[in-house]
Amino acid sequence: MGEILKLHFDVDGDDFTSAGEASAEVKKKLRLLGYSPETVRRVSIAMYEGEINMVIHAGGGVADVEISEDCIKIVLEDHGPGIENIELAMSEGYSTAADAVRSLGFGAGMGIPNMKRYTDSFNLESTVGVGTKVTLVINT
Amino acid sequence: MDKYLHSVTLVADKCHGCTHCLNYCPTEAIRIKDGKATINSDRCIDCGQCIRVCRNKAKKSIYDPFEALKKYKFKVALPAPTLYGQFDNLDDVDYVVQGLYDIGFDYVYEVSRAAEIVTEYTRRFLKQSNLPRPVISSACPVILRLISLRFPSLSSHVMPLMSPMEVAAINAKELVIQEHPDLTADDIGIAFISPCPAKVSYVKNHPENRQPIIDCVLSMKEIYFMMISKMKRGEQPQNTSSSGVVGLSWATSGGESTAIFNDKYLAADGIENVIKVLDQIENNALPTLEFVELNSCPGGCVGGVMTVANPFIARARLQGLRRYLPVTRTSKAKELTKDGVPENLIIHTPLGQRSIGSFSNDTNLSIAVMAQIEEVSKLLPQIDCGACGAPTCHAFAEDVVCKNVSMDECPLHKLPKFSRED
Ligand SMILES: Nc1ncnc2c1ncn2[C@@H]1O[C@H](COP(=O)(O)OP(=O)(O)O)[C@@H](O)[C@H]1O
Ligand code: SF4
Ligand SMILES: [Mg+2]
Repeated sequence: MGEILKLHFDVDGDDFTSAGEASAEVKKKLRLLGYSPETVRRVSIAMYEGEINMVIHAGGGVADVEISEDCIKIVLEDHGPGIENIELAMSEGYSTAADAVRSLGFGAGMGIPNMKRYTDSFNLESTVGVGTKVTLVINT
Repeated sequence: MDKYLHSVTLVADKCHGCTHCLNYCPTEAIRIKDGKATINSDRCIDCGQCIRVCRNKAKKSIYDPFEALKKYKFKVALPAPTLYGQFDNLDDVDYVVQGLYDIGFDYVYEVSRAAEIVTEYTRRFLKQSNLPRPVISSACPVILRLISLRFPSLSSHVMPLMSPMEVAAINAKELVIQEHPDLTADDIGIAFISPCPAKVSYVKNHPENRQPIIDCVLSMKEIYFMMISKMKRGEQPQNTSSSGVVGLSWATSGGESTAIFNDKYLAADGIENVIKVLDQIENNALPTLEFVELNSCPGGCVGGVMTVANPFIARARLQGLRRYLPVTRTSKAKELTKDGVPENLIIHTPLGQRSIGSFSNDTNLSIAVMAQIEEVSKLLPQIDCGACGAPTCHAFAEDVVCKNVSMDECPLHKLPKFSRED
């Protein structure tokens, strides 16, 4: 039977300075587990983008990660404002990020496109006023 | 894999078994066992952080004593530029160069001179090569080891160029042999005067399996004390420095990168900052950078643990010393090739790729072990008190699962206040 390591993170929406910590933790674990640098890189970029989005667009949320030998699955779920036009949000360069966040280098509108690019399966469900759920799968 | 020789060690007699160093070790390499600290050799990156913070001076650097040079007929000093910042009331680098001759060296080749040459080659590298960006400096050995252990995916970013210390050694040997045809290679002893134990380890472990080109690594502290008793004010130095502003700048963080005249750079110092920056690079979060200079020590090499002066004071002194120097003194140097980068200064073997503590080669097994660690960790108080001898509750959980350490080493987990077994 394939072993599964399950990790759960509360991603704090009030503390912008700690955004990215959950993906850093996952990255550290994947490295210890001996995944290839390429896999580690794909997971950490994709999860980082999703985590940052929860913080800057949705006021925080939760991340659940399942690590197994042949794939890593990341589910990011929030109860933020949701996304009105998913197709638009998925296009490169589209961003509604505030200027304050932009000045820190976020909000280039490449987050969702990169999540798609670095994963083998990408799924985004969102309902305005309810929240957003992003599911990322990376095969090793 | 051969055992890595370290130059940061414990003086057991002095260790009180306090938990102070545990929290400062960036790779969680230290555990307290039976009242004494122990350092896990596979994890130690020789950064010297524990030496810096130990109140009982129970951690020390290993280096070669000056006497180790006795067996060589001709003694060559390679002073790191940090040395110049150690002396009070010094207005000219020439006095330091002279001081090295006065304590018994036959030849001085300044590492700052080699640094200027490395700077020029770095510029050429950035122009020509298609290395992945940002290119990471290869000068600080702690960073190299950190990358190979914790950031193996960034190995290919490291500039495949020898550090100024090695370039200095190669150039010095060539020059000495040219000037003294009577000497054989074995007569010449080349000694680097080091600000840190990391350089000692780097040389002792013969990185990239190259022939050792440096024979001894001396402590800057020790040399400093030998020199101050010999350096006389008022007497004009006979020997002079042959490096400039650029070379001296390498002693402090930011010096290496400003000199390459490319403003898309980042310079970070202090091991914790460095780890954050490497994380960001790995996340692809710094895409516009061309060059990254990373120094393990606070302030750069002036913060090394084998120095004498406070790093901020040393930095200020170096600023003073630089003031009337030419920008470089190597633009027409014979050691510098007209174009390109000489083959013999390029490092071809990639950084060793072995990550810290990977549990087993069987991923499935590793996952099971880590899942178990997470379970054990949930039973612990999560206050990272250090009483168990591990730096964090999580690290202790690792020891319980992987090293058969008894859960009872944690004196707290059974107390009702902390009990999580519900
Ligand atoms: N979790 C989320 N909740 C609400 N809106 C989101 C969320 N994630 C993304 N968005 C919307 O999608 C847009 C595009 O996201 P992304 O590609 O990551 O770009 P950026 O974050 O740089 O704006 C965001 O600007 C935002 O309007
Ligand atoms: S920053 Fe300089 S002194 Fe400190 S470890 Fe690195 S090379 Fe040595
Ligand atoms: Mg985004």
